[in-house]
Amino acid sequence: MSKYDIFFHKISLIISLAFLWVMLSGHYTPLLLSLGLLSVLIVAIISSRMNLIIFDQPILQLYFIKFIPYGFWLIFQIIKSNIDVCKRILNPKLPISPRLVTVRSSQLSNFAKVIYANSITLTPGTISIDLDGSDIEVHSLSKIGAEGLKAGDMDRKITSAEANPYV
Amino acid sequence: MFEIPTFIILFAMLLALVLAIISKTVYDKILAVNIFGTVTVLFITLFGFLTKRPDFLDIALVYALINFISTIAILKFFEYGDISRSSTKNEQGDI
Amino acid sequence: MDIINLVSSLFITIGALSIIVGLLGVYRMPDFYTRLHAASIIDTLGTMLILFGLILYYGLNIVSLKLLLILIFILITTPTAAHALAKSALHGNLKPILKDD
Repeated sequence: MSKYDIFFHKISLIISLAFLWVMLSGHYTPLLLSLGLLSVLIVAIISSRMNLIIFDQPILQLYFIKFIPYGFWLIFQIIKSNIDVCKRILNPKLPISPRLVTVRSSQLSNFAKVIYANSITLTPGTISIDLDGSDIEVHSLSKIGAEGLKAGDMDRKITSAEANPYV
Repeated sequence: MFEIPTFIILFAMLLALVLAIISKTVYDKILAVNIFGTVTVLFITLFGFLTKRPDFLDIALVYALINFISTIAILKFFEYGDISRSSTKNEQGDI
Repeated sequence: MDIINLVSSLFITIGALSIIVGLLGVYRMPDFYTRLHAASIIDTLGTMLILFGLILYYGLNIVSLKLLLILIFILITTPTAAHALAKSALHGNLKPILKDD
């Protein structure tokens, strides 16, 4: 990573933190604005001293915009699997058959891999336990959930969203 | 009309606390405390709307942050006996 | 206006009930890993319904923006916490109960 990249990361961190502060504060007197600027600078200095600025993509490049259509699809999937798990819980017989399966992720960047593993955990019925290279170990509550994951719908959607050009 | 859900959520908080007390292993207790934190965030937002003071949202936001960080810190402490250590040799720490 | 109030209170009540269902699941499930599945109902369905109902009630202003921020934050952090819990339980030699059918 070149010197310019690190500089751009720091500037991007400062601008996004300042935006968050202005959004949450709601008071715009000079004293509070200068205090906010001070706190933003302190947070930026501390996180650069902790070596936290080594992400793939800085926030200011708006990398995450590509994944917003996928997010709406994910919310739909979450509601569907929530209804399924709720039915299983309210059934007096408790019809669960827990199992461990391994799925491959075909994403290239770490960011997309994290999104994939997090969306597996976010849908109830499947939890990603271990992430080793591109193999994700998944604990699934039922056979249907494991098979739905092995069909690879979610994986394909994230990979195609990752391949999109910038908006 | 928000009173009934608020009382239901208060009852859910009580259930989560009972779960934290009666469960056996450490991980179950951490899970129960995590559930308690999430439900408390929702309770604080609803309580802010009941008392017509949206300032409570800031408290809810901070509570959500602290809930996540405390879960990670307690887990890390139980896994390695040390909060500051990273589990791999890389400079990037991982959870 | 009345209809919006009614719909938002309906959303919030269903959300509160789904939290109770999730806790019931946590009480009923046989081992730790299956309890995590029940807990994720609380983190997704309960949170989404309650916060979405409140956003509907307040309309578009700075308050609903903060609510949306809380929702996004919870949806990012709770799967991370659940993954960390499951991973450290697996490394702590807590064996999951497996059943094939």
